[in-house]
Amino acid sequence: MAKTHIKMTVNGQPVEALAEPRTLLIHFLREELGITGPHIGCETSHCGACTVDLDGRSVKSCTLFVGQAQGAQITTVEGLVNPDGSLGVLQEMFREHHGLQCGFCTPGMITRAHRLLQENPAPSEEDVRFGMSGNLCRCTGYQNIVKAIMAAAAVLRGEKEAAE
Amino acid sequence: MNEMTPNQSERAEKLKGLGSSRKRVEDVRFTQGKGNYVDDIKLPGMLFGDFVRSPYAHARVVSIDADAAKALPGVVAVLTAADLAPLGLHWMPTLAGDKQMVLADGKVLFQGQEVAFVVATDRYAAADAVELIEVEYEELPVVTDPFKALEPGAPVLREDLAGKTEGAHGPRRHHNHIFTWEQGDKDATEQVLSGADVVAEEMIYYHRTHPCPLETCGCVASMDKVAGKLTVWGTFQAPHAVRTVASLISGIAEHNIRIISPDIGGGFGNKVGVYPGYICSIVASIVTGKPVKWVEDRMENLMATAFARDYWMKGRIAATKDGKITGLWCHVTADHGGFDACADPTKFPAGFFNICTGSYDIPVAYLAVDGVYTNKAPGGVAYRCSFRVTEAAYFIERMIEVLAIKLGMDAAELRRVNFIRKDQFPYHSALGWEYDSGDYHTAWDKALAAVGYEDLRAEQADRIEAFRRGETRKLMGIGLTFFTEIVGAGPVKNCDILGLGMFDSCEIRIHPTGSAIARLGTISQGQGHATTFAQILASEIGLPADDITIEEGDTDTAPYGLGTYGSRSTPVAGAATAMAGRKIRAKAQMIAAYLLEVHDDDVEWDVDRFVVKGAPERFKTMKEIAFAAYNQAIPGLEPGLEAVSYYDPPNMTYPFGAYVCVVDVDVDTGVTDIRRFYALDDCGTRINPMIIEGQVHGGLTEALAIAMGQEIAYDEMGNVKTGTLMDFFVPTAWETPHYETDWTTTPSPHHPIGAKGVGESPNVGGVPCFSNAVNDAFRAFGHVHAHMPHDHWRVWKIAHDLGLHG
Repeated sequence: MAKTHIKMTVNGQPVEALAEPRTLLIHFLREELGITGPHIGCETSHCGACTVDLDGRSVKSCTLFVGQAQGAQITTVEGLVNPDGSLGVLQEMFREHHGLQCGFCTPGMITRAHRLLQENPAPSEEDVRFGMSGNLCRCTGYQNIVKAIMAAAAVLRGEKEAAE
Repeated sequence: MNEMTPNQSERAEKLKGLGSSRKRVEDVRFTQGKGNYVDDIKLPGMLFGDFVRSPYAHARVVSIDADAAKALPGVVAVLTAADLAPLGLHWMPTLAGDKQMVLADGKVLFQGQEVAFVVATDRYAAADAVELIEVEYEELPVVTDPFKALEPGAPVLREDLAGKTEGAHGPRRHHNHIFTWEQGDKDATEQVLSGADVVAEEMIYYHRTHPCPLETCGCVASMDKVAGKLTVWGTFQAPHAVRTVASLISGIAEHNIRIISPDIGGGFGNKVGVYPGYICSIVASIVTGKPVKWVEDRMENLMATAFARDYWMKGRIAATKDGKITGLWCHVTADHGGFDACADPTKFPAGFFNICTGSYDIPVAYLAVDGVYTNKAPGGVAYRCSFRVTEAAYFIERMIEVLAIKLGMDAAELRRVNFIRKDQFPYHSALGWEYDSGDYHTAWDKALAAVGYEDLRAEQADRIEAFRRGETRKLMGIGLTFFTEIVGAGPVKNCDILGLGMFDSCEIRIHPTGSAIARLGTISQGQGHATTFAQILASEIGLPADDITIEEGDTDTAPYGLGTYGSRSTPVAGAATAMAGRKIRAKAQMIAAYLLEVHDDDVEWDVDRFVVKGAPERFKTMKEIAFAAYNQAIPGLEPGLEAVSYYDPPNMTYPFGAYVCVVDVDVDTGVTDIRRFYALDDCGTRINPMIIEGQVHGGLTEALAIAMGQEIAYDEMGNVKTGTLMDFFVPTAWETPHYETDWTTTPSPHHPIGAKGVGESPNVGGVPCFSNAVNDAFRAFGHVHAHMPHDHWRVWKIAHDLGLHG
């Protein structure tokens, strides 16, 4: 099948490659670019393990063709690490509050939470539960994920005392 | 244990040993997307496998035409049963002593069954080729109801078993019958039932569901023809068992097979079995000489890899007028699908379902289980429970509620008067188990006090009155459950899988500078073994948990073990870890005594060091001892500091718990709001409270899913109606309630550190608790029992059938 010239920016790095137009964004990221943080859990947009940030929106990369991301700015969980290599605030709070177990949903969860907190920096618990409802987790029962996101929101708002 | 001095406490705290809510070491890589799961593995020249699957539940395969597929660019090979037959690999043994088709051999027995395997240079080409393969089928009559399957004129499903009246578990009495498994005393039980004051009877169906881990099953098989060595990375909950089975099936010597379980994205029992995809990938790699990856998609996972439950449980429970249970009778019709691929210890074809007398002192009981073939997918795995224990807990906890209704008695009180008393442990149950330890009354009282049980019942009574006056359309349900699990399989004398004893193992090496590596026969799928097993060791050998690496899952390096499922890791491998640690400490004691120039008996253990008795200022820390083990010539001692332990548990462990759930049910919409969920778990000694709490949250949420909507449903043609996450219910953060967790601590008397395991308790206890709550909401209106799942429509139907819609 003829290939298309794809250009995008992933985690701040410009990327150019040839890909079949029907290639799904998740396969392009994982297999062409070796970015394996986003995972495949269902291939039907239900589970959210493949969630990435595309031009300031959370998208499920298992149901986007790579061509739909032409020229886009994409951020994956790998791009949420601090410049010095340490864990970003959300990553640290997920660890601190035991917001993960098998780790398979975690990259999608954290990437979605990152966008949620951009959209709503001071969410209620209900806001977090609703805002995260596109991402499934089979291990944690969500309670500690919600706790981690609330704690990260507090830290990001500079309310470090509240996060203790 | 003696009280610690402040100095000792300070040193103990630095170790982050038992009881510490130590943060998980796994999370640094998982939170930044640096886990290494099977689908992340990319090898040079790697090919991709994909299946042609049957659209029919029962059909003859007339012909397979793969010419067009083979002509497609990128397609390397197409395998069918005819290609596998010369190797003897078109069928494979199952864990239950049956055999299963790897690729359809003349017929198919369930929708989604593997018919042909395509190998191509990328996953898109493989998927295209699957579409091009023409399979001609001749449909056969379908049977998806296990009762109809046993009727005289039922279609013959397993033609390969024609005339075989003896199966792996005894006589077969019908062409679709697999086994009958009996436990207990039939005559004595029937005698008690016939003379009892009260007998409650109910058919309780625990529907078919699926573990549905977020990562599906898959593998990468790589045959190095030059070295003659096969390496398989896969989502295996029991890598060593897979190696042995792979060797037996393929004829490749076991030392030439290396099985690696990398990070696993949840298992919940789904990844215990051996699937056709593994066999086909291995064969394809041998044939092509290249690595072959196969990862199923979600629909394949739900349709074809191992389901759970599907037990029709007929119960009769006898009691005196004042509620003392005198006998229990149970018959199970177990739907195993087209092949018997249950994952149970060999001698237990219905798992440990004979724990179904629960937490109660029932003097006499009888159980019979009939396994049946139907045109449904094979499996029958322990979905976040020990073998068939959640079915047993659901059965007895529903029967208790049914009996309470029959007696007109409060269900909490009925449980209390029948609990096994603390002084009865170790307790021998009527169906053959020896419960190790328990204090049920204390746990029950604590739970009921915590939720304000009396007040809840008063509120419920008020609500019923308000409902009858037309002031509300919501009823309140109070779900109670007291469960006893049986986990930690198991003693080699009665527990094996395919002849492999269910011991487990740990091997420890202490490095000269006082850090260590320990390898185990288990494999974490999210349970946090790298964190908690280091804590067990830290307390045993006095080195900080942060300085101990835990490694699992590589059969070339890890000692032999039977893997992780049935909550066996802490009870079995955790015990091996403690025992190996004690061997390290015994040698360390000799080294310390030599260094301190005293007799071995004149030093004693003190948190992280050996001290001279009566002279605590004279000591050697474990760090010092570790170095000495590598640089001192000690008379009579070999250099080095290593130990290995293979632990054969003397008994199972019996975690228990008391759960209470409060729901509000809208009778007009059938929507159930979980208002409150309180879970008290007693898992014996607590290793890491943070991880225990996380396990409880997760298990309760899987219980919520099962009780409230999650099912693998078939229509009468054998079509799977719930094959995607659109139809198969997995709760989101929005539907999931907030949980309150609590605990009591009753250590296991036979486990080296007293731990019992906890990962599966919340699922075992949670399912009956949610279900009891929904059923309880309608008790005042004459309702007794409704089958799960309690989705909106089915709950609405209860209300409708009771005439509550006017």
